[in-house]
Amino acid sequence: MLHIETWKRVLIWGLVVLGLLLALPNAFYSRVETYNDAVAANGGDDTGVSGWPSFLPSGLVNLGLDLRGGAHLLAEVRVTDVYETRMQGLWPEIRNLLRNEREKIGTIRLLTTTDGTLKVRIGNADGMPEAMRLVRTLAQPVSSLTAAGTDDIVVTSAGDTLVVGLSDPEKEAMDDRTVRQSLEIIRRRIDEVGTREPTIQRQGTDRILIEVPGVGSADELKSIIGTTAQLTFQPVVSRTSDGSTPPGPGEEVLPASDEPGTFYVLETVPVVSGEQLTDAQPTFDQNGRPAVSFRFNPSGARKFGDYTAQNIGNPFAIVLDNEVISAPVIQSHIAGGSGIITGSFSVEESTNLAVLLRAGALPAGLDFLEERTIGPELGADSIHAGQIACLIAGVAVLVFMFASYGLFGFFANVALMINVGLIFGLLSMIGATLTLPGIAGIVLTIGMAVDANVLVFERIREELKSAKGPARAMELGYDRALSAIVDANITTFIIAVILFLLGSGPVKGFAVTLGIGILTSVFTAIWVTRLLIVLWFERARPKTIEV
Amino acid sequence: MKRLRLVPDETHIDFFKYRGLTFGISCVAMVASVIIWATMGLNFGIDFRGGTTIRTESESAISVADYRAALDPLGLGDVVISEVFDPTFEGTKHVASVRIQSQDEQESVATDTIAKVETALKTVDESVRFTSVESVGPKVSGELVTTALLAVGASLGAILLYIWLRFEWQFSLGAVFALFHDVLVTIGIFALLQIRFDLATIAALLTIIGYSINDTVVIFDRLRENLRKFKTMPLVDVMNVSVNETLSRTLMTSGTTLIALIALLVLGGDVIRGFVFAITWGVIIGTYSSVYVAKNVVLWFGVKRDWSKPDKSAGNQFANIDA
Repeated sequence: MLHIETWKRVLIWGLVVLGLLLALPNAFYSRVETYNDAVAANGGDDTGVSGWPSFLPSGLVNLGLDLRGGAHLLAEVRVTDVYETRMQGLWPEIRNLLRNEREKIGTIRLLTTTDGTLKVRIGNADGMPEAMRLVRTLAQPVSSLTAAGTDDIVVTSAGDTLVVGLSDPEKEAMDDRTVRQSLEIIRRRIDEVGTREPTIQRQGTDRILIEVPGVGSADELKSIIGTTAQLTFQPVVSRTSDGSTPPGPGEEVLPASDEPGTFYVLETVPVVSGEQLTDAQPTFDQNGRPAVSFRFNPSGARKFGDYTAQNIGNPFAIVLDNEVISAPVIQSHIAGGSGIITGSFSVEESTNLAVLLRAGALPAGLDFLEERTIGPELGADSIHAGQIACLIAGVAVLVFMFASYGLFGFFANVALMINVGLIFGLLSMIGATLTLPGIAGIVLTIGMAVDANVLVFERIREELKSAKGPARAMELGYDRALSAIVDANITTFIIAVILFLLGSGPVKGFAVTLGIGILTSVFTAIWVTRLLIVLWFERARPKTIEV
Repeated sequence: MKRLRLVPDETHIDFFKYRGLTFGISCVAMVASVIIWATMGLNFGIDFRGGTTIRTESESAISVADYRAALDPLGLGDVVISEVFDPTFEGTKHVASVRIQSQDEQESVATDTIAKVETALKTVDESVRFTSVESVGPKVSGELVTTALLAVGASLGAILLYIWLRFEWQFSLGAVFALFHDVLVTIGIFALLQIRFDLATIAALLTIIGYSINDTVVIFDRLRENLRKFKTMPLVDVMNVSVNETLSRTLMTSGTTLIALIALLVLGGDVIRGFVFAITWGVIIGTYSSVYVAKNVVLWFGVKRDWSKPDKSAGNQFANIDA
């Protein structure tokens, strides 16, 4: 015990200094935060940015929403939305295929469905096997690792009706793609608005967790990500004032956004859709009203050009999220692939619409399962209360330890303060988030961190009673207390791991601080306190010690 | 220098003199907790039952009756309005909490309901601000309950296994029974006092498990050591020696932890008070149960005494001769 090799001493002090250096930026929180923002604005380059020395670490402990204020949303992606679009996209191909075999199959008619399948009634039921064989030729292998070799569509029949649906592996693969795509688009939209440190995570198979600090309310956050902004250009079949007009197969009835009571019957399959947009900007039309200009990519531009050339004099509809924004009549062939959308927008709406169109459409709708808004003042109150509580708790523990163990208590106190520093250092290093329960975790750690020291000191006291010399008593004290310290801390650590795996949000934050607190408190109690005691012992060489 | 001593250097307290009584009290407390839990129910927060809580803050005094009168016409079903008091609030700060049950036939969160409530409250008090609004849909709340139960179960299972590996199965059962006792009695006090029970409370329960096991393990460790040292002493006496030897440490650690927690309980603000209360209560109960529940269970099952060798001569009348 009393002999610690030099390399170990260097290592211990090295770790302590490193940990404290990592913790240092937190002592100058707002200053470092301003500096970090400036560096980020500078494209990650820190030359010429003042306020904080660039050779020092600048990682900070992130403050959780409950401390800083902001909005939290848990959204579920309606993955089944996509099935329908996908099946509808298949219809033109199936139609062409079956039309060529009209003698065998008879007439074909698309039935209206709502369950994400495609139903086709054929005139000649005897031709069903042939029809099924033909449709099956459209099947493609599922593009996923787990279900390689299976087809993406399932073709079945019921009487004279041919049913085409997606296979389960394909659905799974599509769900995954849909959620990943949604995640990416949500991230892009939030980044466009430019808030600091948003958390956008996938949870489970079809959920997305969004936490954005500094946003005024969950509603505001929803309006940034919420609207799907699915833009399509669809051929107009007719215009009506009766919303309950039954649409024909392959048609739909949509309301006009600016004229209540007006509805359009449209062909469901769009000419061009928002995915083919390359740019969208807010602008003004020739009358000075807010509008949005857009440009298509080459394939979109070609389709749009061809369609406008063939349909001069006919109206077409610009549809945004199932509402017809405008339905102008095509005046001439539009070749360049760009144009403007006019409607009754305010300047703000046209700006938002441009952002949404640029970021791309969400592939499916979102349901919000959980939302939380925490005002910044409540967070500030919590930080304030937490700071005072930590300070009082810390001072009380320090006094208590010193009163109980004297000089040894003083050593333990030094180690305790180093311990708190190390917790912050580690939290900054891994970029963890400090939440309100996390502060409670730190306070609890302050209380429990002394436990390892107390175990050792009590053991040394006992060993001193059996009249061994001080050096021997200390050595035995450390040796014999070790198994209790290790067992006790491993069990608590197991709990922290379980909390981390199963918890969410603030609870997870608590688990991280608790877990890190256990690691640092064992390190400081076993190594730092011991090193301090050894240093003192080597210098003072006391004949007797009092613990 | 005069040192602070919580207990004298040597103690010979007989912790197991009334072991029937203490263990009986613990069992009665557990049964009572279950009964209170079943009859009074837990005051679940929105995490577990779904719904919305709105925290309001105002400069002027809050009248719960006025708030209620404003919200009643909205027909939102079960609405709980309570004023929040806290020593850390300054004089002109008045805080209330409004909880609304989850609205029927809605899987997701009802944004318009929240907006209606906020408008209604604004008519009562112009200056009211909404410092936090939290909504949980019924779909998620159901899952949170499952996850919470899973977390508590997994923790108990993991500890059962770890103590079994490190000690003996009797210790493992004793420790887990003590933890079960701690969790149950804590749930009982939450039901009795109708303190809000939410996700943070589950985290607190797990922390209690962590703390209590810490304490139990330290005494077990000493017991294991003493069982090797005093091979012929009756088990109950070895236990007494072990508990007495570790008493000073137990009280020191519980003492420092309690000092820290009480500071947080009083000064930490009302938002985490329930959470801190659960942990504080758990530290007290955990310390108690390490001695009076875990040890009693081990005493009940008995312990194989010779640790150094496999028990080859079980059933042999000369079993202990060469021990």
